[in-house]
Amino acid sequence: MPLYHNEDQAMLADTARGFIAEEGNIAKQLRHWRDRDCKDGFGHGLWKQMAEMGFTGMLVGEDDGGLGMGHVEAGIVLEEIGRNLTPSPFLTSSVLAATALQHGSADVKGRYLPGLIAGESVFAVAIDETAKHRPSRIATRAEESGNGFKLSGSKSFVVYGGSADMIVVAARTSGADDDAGGITLFAVPKDAAGMSHKGVRLVDSSMATHTKFDNVELDGDAVIGEIDGGRAVLDAMLMAGRVGAAAEGVGVARGAMDMTIDYLKQRKQFGKLIGEFQALQHRASHLYSEVEIARAVTIKAQQLLDAGSEQADLMTSVAKAKVAKTARLAVQEGVQMHGGIGMTDEYDIGLYMKRDRALAEFLGDAFFHANRVAELSGY
Amino acid sequence: MSDLETFRSETRSWLEANCPAEMRQPVRDEDDVYWGGRRAKFKNDAQKAWFEACLAKGYTVPAWPQAYGGAGLNAAEAKVLREEMARIGARPPLSSFGIWMLGPALLHFGTEGQKQRFLNEIARGEIRWCQGYSEPGSGSDLVSLQTFGEDHGDHWVVNGQKIWTSYADHCDWIFCLVRTDKADKYQGITFMLYDMASEGVTTKPILLISGNSPFCETFFDNVSVPKSYGEDCPAYVGQINRGWDVAKYLLGHEREMISGAGGGDRTAAIGSAMTRAAAKTGDEVDPVLRAELAMFDVDALAYSAMGEKFLDEIKVGKSHPAQPNMMKYVGTELNKRRHELMMAVGGSRGLEWDSEETEGGKAPRGWLRTKANSIEGGTSEVMLNVIAKRILDLPGA
Repeated sequence: MPLYHNEDQAMLADTARGFIAEEGNIAKQLRHWRDRDCKDGFGHGLWKQMAEMGFTGMLVGEDDGGLGMGHVEAGIVLEEIGRNLTPSPFLTSSVLAATALQHGSADVKGRYLPGLIAGESVFAVAIDETAKHRPSRIATRAEESGNGFKLSGSKSFVVYGGSADMIVVAARTSGADDDAGGITLFAVPKDAAGMSHKGVRLVDSSMATHTKFDNVELDGDAVIGEIDGGRAVLDAMLMAGRVGAAAEGVGVARGAMDMTIDYLKQRKQFGKLIGEFQALQHRASHLYSEVEIARAVTIKAQQLLDAGSEQADLMTSVAKAKVAKTARLAVQEGVQMHGGIGMTDEYDIGLYMKRDRALAEFLGDAFFHANRVAELSGY
Repeated sequence: MSDLETFRSETRSWLEANCPAEMRQPVRDEDDVYWGGRRAKFKNDAQKAWFEACLAKGYTVPAWPQAYGGAGLNAAEAKVLREEMARIGARPPLSSFGIWMLGPALLHFGTEGQKQRFLNEIARGEIRWCQGYSEPGSGSDLVSLQTFGEDHGDHWVVNGQKIWTSYADHCDWIFCLVRTDKADKYQGITFMLYDMASEGVTTKPILLISGNSPFCETFFDNVSVPKSYGEDCPAYVGQINRGWDVAKYLLGHEREMISGAGGGDRTAAIGSAMTRAAAKTGDEVDPVLRAELAMFDVDALAYSAMGEKFLDEIKVGKSHPAQPNMMKYVGTELNKRRHELMMAVGGSRGLEWDSEETEGGKAPRGWLRTKANSIEGGTSEVMLNVIAKRILDLPGA
């Protein structure tokens, strides 16, 4: 498969670009909700509009009422979300949770997918338990109890956890904290007794929670996939989420780069446009090169994932790491080349820097994924 | 089965039957590469058999038309062949600047007569070409070149000096940028083709920091170059005084070629191979070095995806025309980094200059050689200038 968008995908990209630039732009969404101290951190109206566009259920199979598209298509939407810094539950709901739900029973799907497809429900995922992403260790426990389970433990960095109608929770049903096996995924509804959230606003104005589970009683049909066999579902969910986060990161990088290059063509110092200075030209050219490569490897990972290739896991980590490094470069160069104005809240470039920070951390940063590339390559 | 899948399975069987095991080993020495030419010698029977099998099939230049010695493969088929050759580690049957550089120029600008003659000679490995571009005073600023061809009616008399002429001392013919109008900097250069055996041509190898001499200084002292080699076969490509157009076109190809050295086709992480190599000598890779290897592998594997995307986009004309500059910049910088890491893993063994155990200092010589990657074919700094001007459209660039 060639590494560029086919005609349908190019059309989708056009549509998504126009729609998100119009409805999801920084003034209309990020600043709007942030300046009102919105506790959701995103707009439900836009979520509904995204449902009308068919975006919210794009990864959901056609049999389940979705569009049955792949990660290339989801990535197209995510790149525009990234470019516009659009606060949106798309990644957690339509990519991560939707991927987990694909492995769920007809019952679980029927309970949650229609709300997602209609843009009426928002989902979160609860994986991390410490400040750094480390899905190999899961200490949150679910003990069998009657016909169901009792869930106890705590999770962190649950993005949009406080607004979620359902949270996919990775818990341990057997074995020790570091065991690969013994994991089960649960769909925990928002009103589950014993679940409590401490909401925190993150540096990029997005909302996350520290979520505690204190003997939360779940019935057996809250289970997604196999009991004790949830690692495979978790891995599939992580892969989808990581490749999605990479796509969003490409958007952040491109947004920051485009804004910066525009600025180089407007700002004058020493009687010249600063873009005439070779010191800045070379840095801009280097940044362009890195961003092109980050895009390429992200599309590669998306295609491999859609094709079910064995290489998908490795290339997903390569993409996540490469994008994290590249978006970091883009926002750092962006703020520096903007000079003093780049430090002001009024100017948008700083918002890109903040978003990159949070997005890169989500589902593993560049160091985590570079280490993973080494491990998967056998060293 | 689609046509392409049929082609793949046929290609796989053909390679299985025709590519000798020795030709599936990585290239270790200079003479593992078959360059062709009047003075060519095969290193061994396997090299000869592999070359002849490919020649018969048109696979020395698979994407060239059959009339010019190729196999007439379309882009998708050529990609399949590349993939299948890469899969078994098959060496190129024939390497030459004729294939990489002059061929593409002739396919684009050449007359039918030139194509018939020169492309077939290249495809058959009969004539080994070298490239006469750089001069002592014209490196990055190539267009300032001074080698001059004085018009004598039916021929030019060429005087001047070229430098960094790859393997000039082994080559049969040269494609050479020669000034034919001193009044016009850009439209005063002609892209000439002539025999290195002509009277007045001398070459002198340049000893490099790697201890090797792949490049020469080339001197032209009253060299007589006829304007034509027969009907429809002029001794210049394109038009007289418009050689810069050809040179620019070719620079794009050269940058693609050099960028390939950075690992366009590589999909394996280097960290694993290096960690194994270290273990062989009882060494361990320091955790900090392991981290650098991992970061390198992230960049190199991402770049290999870029290489694939770049080729896919070129085929359908989606690629920005200046994108080869980006590929060249990143590919060469990565290759330098790769060799720095190899030297770091190699430790004191990597310092040995001519011991048998190190195959004659392959590692340090290779490491030093890579330092030229970001200089030849346009320096990294020139690449960045071009990106700034042609892609980013920055002012005054």
